[in-house]
Formats: sequence, structure tokens, C-alpha cells
Amino acid sequence: MDLFEYQARDLFEAHGVPVLRGITARTPEEARAAAEQLGTPVVVIKAQVKTGGRGKAGGVKLARSPEEAADRARDILGLDINGHRVETVMVTEGADIAEEYYFGLLLDRSTRSYLAMCSKEGGMDIETLAVERPDALARIEVDPLVGLDEAKAAEIVAAAGFPEADRAELIRVLVLLGEVYRENDATLVEVNPLVKTGDGRIIALDGKVTLDNNSVFRHPDWTSYADESLDDPLEIRAREKHLNYVKLDGSVGIIGNGAGLVMSTLDVVAAAGADLPGEPRPANFLDIGGGASAQVMANGLDIILSDPQVKVVFVNVFGGITACSEVAKGIIDALGMLGDRATKPIVVRLDGNAVEIGRHMLAEAAHPLVQVSETMDDAARRAAELAAAAE
Amino acid sequence: MSIWLDQRSTVIVQGMTGSEGRKHTRRMIAAGTRIVAGVTPGKGGQSVDFDETPVPVYDSVAEAKAATGANTSVVFVPAAYTRAAVIDAVDSALDLTVVITEGVPVKDTAEFVDYARESGHTRLIGPNCPGLISPGKSNVGIIPPTISGPGRIGLVSKSGTLTYQMMFELRDIGFSTAVGIGGDPVNGSTHIDALAAFEADPDTDAIVMIGEIGGDAEERAAAYIADHITKPVVGYVAGFTAPVGKTMGHAGAIVTGSVGTAKAKKAALEAAGVHVGRTPSETASLMREVFASL
Repeated sequence: MDLFEYQARDLFEAHGVPVLRGITARTPEEARAAAEQLGTPVVVIKAQVKTGGRGKAGGVKLARSPEEAADRARDILGLDINGHRVETVMVTEGADIAEEYYFGLLLDRSTRSYLAMCSKEGGMDIETLAVERPDALARIEVDPLVGLDEAKAAEIVAAAGFPEADRAELIRVLVLLGEVYRENDATLVEVNPLVKTGDGRIIALDGKVTLDNNSVFRHPDWTSYADESLDDPLEIRAREKHLNYVKLDGSVGIIGNGAGLVMSTLDVVAAAGADLPGEPRPANFLDIGGGASAQVMANGLDIILSDPQVKVVFVNVFGGITACSEVAKGIIDALGMLGDRATKPIVVRLDGNAVEIGRHMLAEAAHPLVQVSETMDDAARRAAELAAAAE
Repeated sequence: MSIWLDQRSTVIVQGMTGSEGRKHTRRMIAAGTRIVAGVTPGKGGQSVDFDETPVPVYDSVAEAKAATGANTSVVFVPAAYTRAAVIDAVDSALDLTVVITEGVPVKDTAEFVDYARESGHTRLIGPNCPGLISPGKSNVGIIPPTISGPGRIGLVSKSGTLTYQMMFELRDIGFSTAVGIGGDPVNGSTHIDALAAFEADPDTDAIVMIGEIGGDAEERAAAYIADHITKPVVGYVAGFTAPVGKTMGHAGAIVTGSVGTAKAKKAALEAAGVHVGRTPSETASLMREVFASL
């Protein structure tokens, strides 16, 4: 789960990381009031979007009066930045920036550890810096059991080549950012830029924080971070039913069990569709999980059949713990519940636990919309052909 | 032979008194696994009957090991208690601990993986994995024992159901060991760990490696195969159609920017001489060709 910059700023402040005062605004009027409240000669209006490149897109502007702050907020609110609509801006104090640095702490999957990255050259895109000037970016592994302590922070700032005079304050701030990471179950804490002001203070001028979704159970306050603005309505509905669903843009609805098998099913359908007219592609990812009941199957089918883009559904289950008889029952029950509203063909491939019973149940039910295929590849081809024919 | 698990393995079930633990203990016993104890803190002294066979419950892995001499554990405790359970297992110097639990905070996983590595004695598998099976010998986790019998293929996969699918496709040849390493961003054992073990196992003739989007474990495995693996390796990668930035079911299955795409993983494996199938069935056919030429 990614946080907005203002949420990261608040989190930093709560841990004692030096930040600028900032107030969020959702209208030009609120931005004017925020600028008045801050009372500094210059304020900065910053689009709050969970994507990079907002400066280039016109999402960050200076203002020298409350009126100007309202005007700039009017310019920024409603902008589309990489598909993210700006609903909120943050109005912050201006800062006298002498130097811009970079600091990031993240989960490093390659080493199964944490990685701190730090550079005296901040402000620019860090992926570009890493490629073009790798020597300018210090990369230091941080032991998960130890965390970012003072000794490690000292190693990082020395490796990044900071002058002796700046190191003590940088070490203090890095240790605090390490606490933000550790105490909030983050997988990323990034400050770009981390700045030194004209009077020698170190300030986190921006903040990017990603929290680990698996840790929600020990952070009840995270409900305030819930943000469904980028989610498809079907994704929201599926989440309410505890279904693992991702909306895609094709016409073949997919239901399967197990993340790997469902990903594979999408690929096999896309490959089968590539040679057909209209090149039908998968409409969604939906994993009903292990040991799914008939009710879960019915809920999944209901979500997929309510997607108007779907022309055909492919149910692909390998029963490990999941019993194919339950899957068959779920399909039959769902079709019973939907009645005349079910109009799309359903291609079913079952294998594994209780497969004979499951196939027998489907054969007995003999629903005109249901077709059973023996193998995953055959079923994928059949589903793609039906989708192509329905275009 | 097999890797990491065989008929001599004696197994403690951590979380045996819970509903998942109980259900899968029953299945494992039926599959012939030597389950010798359960561990649930606070329930020591009780026992759980599985078809007339009582299995004793202890408060800690240390006590269970002292009483039974077990060398392996499998963890079914809820995510919030998984870190403590794994540390208990590592402190008791078990040889192998298999973490089935899904939804474990990655901070906890990073910490207990680090802890196990520093211990130097306990191999971890998982979390968020189906476990491993050496057919005909032992089964630790939730892989159905009826899919395939013993044989000479080694299998390593991030995905449970793709493990089942591939075992099903190749059940005529059979498996030395099939291991699901799990779909989280951080795993106790990697593809490379399994590849190295299969390379050293005299009863494994060829290896099938199943990967998926996210991270660079497959690319690293490809580099390892090029340098260290002499046995034939057949590969499969899932997630070509996954959009950038969306988590596809597994917490670790996410393409971030240009990192972690299926295309890059397939290319890396092929550059290392691995034949990569476009579908699970095609992958199985490639493996069948390998066996025909051995």
C-alpha cells in the first residue's frame, strides 16, 4: 500500500524526522486558507498523487501570496498525471534549499535483506542516477535483525561521501527514517530530495512510503489510508466478498484456484487468442484460493458475469485441497441463482481432487451454457474461440 | 534419495491443535509422514487423536524435540505468531522448518529468514508455500500425495497449484522431490537452493523449475544454472499477461517498473540453456523429451 506524500510527511513528523509544515487542500479556497495559516512569504503547492514525474507534469508550483496559492491550486487540482487525477494538493512552507540529496531504505528481494541507498545528488530520478552515475549512489545492506542503527547510518553517509561537518545531523535523520521503516512495517521509505537548507538544517522535503499489506492486522489505524480511487468498481465488489480479483481489459473471464495457476491460465488464453480474429484476451485475474466452497465459486462467477466486457468464462481448477465436486456445485448453484441473467458460455476444465464426481455433476446438470474440456490447453483454445466468435 | 525430506524425517506440527493444523496433520499421517509431535504454546501435555493414534502436544519445539528426537517441523500457526514459531524451531536446531502460513508480514519473514541463515543449521521453506513431498517417503505440507508417485524428476516452484498441475502432467515419470518455495517477496529457500540440492541428489535426473513474475529470483537462478547445473533443466514462467503494478494473488507476484517481467525471466532462463515451455503441458512435453534422450 502506497501512501500519499502528505501521509508520509505526517508519519515522518510523528517520528521526529524534520519536515516542513504542510496543510492539505481539496479546493482553491482551502489552499488560500492554508497559505494564510502558514504565513511564509513563499509557499509551494504540490499535487498529491501516487506516481512519479509530477513536477514535469505541472503538479508543483510556487506561490507568493494566498491569492496566488488559490490560483495555482486551481491549476493543479483536476490535473491528470500518468492517469492519476489530482484530488488533493499539499501547501507547504517554502524552503531555502542549499543542497539536494537522496535517501531510500527498502526491502531487497534479491538479498532477502534491506537495502539503504544514499546520494549527495538528489532531486533527480534515482533510477536514472543509478544507471548513469552508479558511483554517486551508495548502496549498503541493512541487516533486518539489527535495523538502521547509528553505526550503519554512519557507514551509509561515509559511503555516500558526505563531508565530515554534515554527517552528525544526517546520521540522526537516517536513524529516524529507519525507525519510520521498522515501526510501520514499511517495505519502502524514500526521501527525494532530502535537503540541506541555507542555515544548515537537514529536512525531508518529499516522502514516499510503501506499507506491507500483510501487516494490516497490527496497524488498526491504517484504515485511514484506505484508497480505492484507482480501483475498478468490480475490484471493490470482489474485495468485499474476499475474492482475489484484478480487472483486465479482455473478453475472456477467468476463474481458477491458486495464484500461479490463474496467472498461467491468463497466459494460455492470451496465447490461444493471439491467432484469432479480434485477438481475445483475458478479462480478469480471479483466484478462488485453496479449499474453496461452492459459495465462493458462485460469488466469483457472479462478479465475472457482471463484467459487460466478458463474452465467455473459463473456469480452470486443479483440485489439490479444493474438491472439483465443490467447484461443479458452485457453477451449478450460481447458474441457478442467476437464472435468465446468465447468458454467456462457460468453459470448464477440472482435474485433481474429486474430478470424476465434479465432471459427472456437470454432465448430469447438462446446462446449455456449460462446456467441459479435458485439458487446460484445449479449454483455453475453446474459450478464446467462443470469445472471438462473440465479437 | 530425495532432497531435504525422506522416510527418516520425523516431524513436529507447529499449530497442530488449530483447525488447519489438525486437518493437514491427518492428511500427512495418511500419506505416511512420521508425525511425532505437535506444538502449541499453552497446550503442552494434551494430545490429539488421529484415527486412534494419539499425537502428544508440547509447549515448545525444544520440549517436543527433546521428547521425540524430531528433526523437521511444519508451521500452520496464524500469521501473527509465525515469527515466534520459526524462531522457536531455529533455536531448537531442527534441520528443516516448512512454513505453510500465508499473509506473514514481510518484516517478520525478513527477520526470521535472517535468523535462520545466521544459525547456520535450520533450512527454512516458505512462508506462503505448499511445502514439499518426496513421493513414497514423506510429505510435509499440503501437497496432495495422490497426484504422482516417486520418480527421478526434481521440481521447484513458487506456486502450489502449478506444482500440482506439473506433477499431474508428469505422473508417468514421477518425482524425487517436489518443493514449493512460496509466493512471498522473501522466501526461506530459493530456486537456487533447490537447484543445488537436486544437482547433488543422485536420484534426480532432471529438474523442472517453475517461476512467476516479481523480483529477480528466476534471473539469478538462470545465472546459477549456467555456472553450476549439469543436469537438464526445463522451465516455466507464469504471468506474461500481468499488468505493471498489480499484485497477482501472491504477495510477491508484482511487476514493478521494468523489473520482474515474465518475458525477462524466460529470456534469462533460455540464455542459460533452459528449455522454457509456453504452457504447463508444453513444459511437461519438454521434460518428457529430456527423459526420452537420457
